[in-house]
Amino acid sequence: MSWILIFEQLLNGVQLGLTLFLMAAGLTLVLGIMNLVNLAHGSLYMVGAYLTLAASQWTGSYVAGVLLGLAGTLVIGMLVEVVALRALYDRDHLDQVLATFGLILFFNELVAMLWGRASLYAQLPQYLRGHVELFSGSSYPVYRLSVIVVGLLVAVLLWYVVTQTRLGMLIRAGASNRTMVAALGINIRLLSTVVFGFGAVLAGLAGLMAGPIYSVQPGMGELILIQVFVVIVIGGIGSVRGALVGALIVGIVDTLGRAFLKPMLGAMLSPTAGEAAGPALASMLIYLLMAVVLALRPAGLFPARG
Amino acid sequence: MIQPVAAALLAASVAAFSLLPTPALAQQKIKIGFITTMSGPQGVIGAYMKDSVELALDHLGRKVGGLEAEVVYGDDQTKPDVGVQVAEEMLKKHNVDIVAGIIWSNVMLAVQPVVNGAGKIMVGTNAGASPLAGSQCNPLYFSTSWNNDQTPEAMGKYLQDSGVNDLYVMAPNYQAGKDMVAGLKRYYKGRIVEEVYTKLGQQDYQAEITQLRSKNPKAVFAFYPGGMGIQFLRQYDQAGLRDKLPLYTVYTVDEISIPAVKDAAVGIKEARFWSPDLKNAASEKYVSDYKKKYGKLPVFYGAQSYDGIMLIDSAVKATKGNLKDAKALARAMQKANYPSIRGPFQFNVNHHPIQNFYLLDTVKLPSGDIEMRIQKTIFEKHKDSYYQDCKM
Repeated sequence: MSWILIFEQLLNGVQLGLTLFLMAAGLTLVLGIMNLVNLAHGSLYMVGAYLTLAASQWTGSYVAGVLLGLAGTLVIGMLVEVVALRALYDRDHLDQVLATFGLILFFNELVAMLWGRASLYAQLPQYLRGHVELFSGSSYPVYRLSVIVVGLLVAVLLWYVVTQTRLGMLIRAGASNRTMVAALGINIRLLSTVVFGFGAVLAGLAGLMAGPIYSVQPGMGELILIQVFVVIVIGGIGSVRGALVGALIVGIVDTLGRAFLKPMLGAMLSPTAGEAAGPALASMLIYLLMAVVLALRPAGLFPARG
Repeated sequence: MIQPVAAALLAASVAAFSLLPTPALAQQKIKIGFITTMSGPQGVIGAYMKDSVELALDHLGRKVGGLEAEVVYGDDQTKPDVGVQVAEEMLKKHNVDIVAGIIWSNVMLAVQPVVNGAGKIMVGTNAGASPLAGSQCNPLYFSTSWNNDQTPEAMGKYLQDSGVNDLYVMAPNYQAGKDMVAGLKRYYKGRIVEEVYTKLGQQDYQAEITQLRSKNPKAVFAFYPGGMGIQFLRQYDQAGLRDKLPLYTVYTVDEISIPAVKDAAVGIKEARFWSPDLKNAASEKYVSDYKKKYGKLPVFYGAQSYDGIMLIDSAVKATKGNLKDAKALARAMQKANYPSIRGPFQFNVNHHPIQNFYLLDTVKLPSGDIEMRIQKTIFEKHKDSYYQDCKM
């Protein structure tokens, strides 16, 4: 097992983690500030992927497609908040789960009606195809590197907004005590809509970046949503820092588990044990990790509420 | 006052009675229940199957075996329990004469006993569960597709014959994944560098692809059906492996996945019993009319479903429309006396086709379209590996 291989797998893990982070950041803010369990977050991821695809075909430019896709997801996200979710803030979590599950079905069928059920082709511009040589003999897809760069930029931007701006202060205050923020004369409704729109854009960004790697089809959001929930449970609900750390941990643990667990078990126990237990254990590794974190720190690694 | 009332009652009852069809007329209709997956991500396969059934009905003048035909469609949602529910509704509420369709082996294993148990014929048009070809075969069960193992067997034979060594094997970690690898290994006896089983429904294969590259295999065998295949093909291409490391697949590259991955599929080899470019009259008619009606190429799932309706048609014709005698119908089906999309063929003793398997290549045509082309025949009249266990 060479160091280059381990480094490359770490890079894969970071890349997976940053994709999860984009989804988790929005979801954790919504859950933390509005106390809303939003299962339909995956639908916004899907909407982002579809809108970008449609817009880049329409305009003929990838960059214009990305910008229109993000703007479209922002509008749809805010619309969903105003029309459907606002009524749910004071309801209990079961009602929220039911209602947002309904939204998932609605969006999946809507997308199937508009674009069909078949997976769509998501084209990449020439400059994002191809691969670069990080070390001699190891080539890495340019697109995956650009996902890492975008993910890191968003993380920095979020850190700046949340810790250095007035909006961020309100977001943090909202996460700690929603009633008190409202009592101090802040329009918490507007704040909620803004935060939700913000989260929707991040989900849309994750979706449009996932499009060319994964498969753009109805229901694509649900495939990633469970991992995202694991991330925010590990990171601590409502904490952006927690979402980043949680996402990186989940991404790296999952990737390294898939890559090295089988040979490790094979070497430590026996090759047949590695064959049998390796793949099964690798696929549940992040859930085991979540269980351990929950046992040691029930509020997650970086709890937002004091 | 009594007489007019009685007269009215009599008139009403006569009117009501005349609305009932006469027994002779009722026999003029055949009802076929067709179960497939219409919703969710796999609903796209069901759509191809339904379109093909409709095309078969068009070709037969909306009649099956000379009888006016009605097809009742049911959605199994890829779940065995829902499949059973749908089948029971078809049998009890709609009184269907024959049930056909079904994509998934696990759904078929649940539905087949229900249909055959009710004394009706089941025509499977995709699922190829091995028990139904072997120990659990049934006189009233027919397949117009294949046994699951046959396609990877064909790929294994091709790899063995072309002297490929150092093969890297990848499949999802579930029963069909293991079955595919077992089928491959029944004919491929060369070195296997590693067998990797990934999580079912996994989206990201970058970690596995990095591992794969570090092992320096000479070729890769993969089984990734549906959305997993689209993701795997894209990522294999993005990693720059498509031109360097030959990829041999089963149930991964098809007319559903090619439009989604385009160039990422070019040069990838598949094994299959049928392809839209297969040369025979029935297949050419099916493909050209499918393209005319739906504006796209058909896929093998659809071809098998078209074939299923044609098989039923031939049997109903042969028994002169007597739908009551399921055993006589089954005897007529066993003859496979109809123009199949795979060309003339025979049913084995287990009611599974004895058929050819071909090597397919994915090629970019001068027009820019990407299509699959038959390269050579790997197996002629290939029988599945389970028919000896079938005691009917």
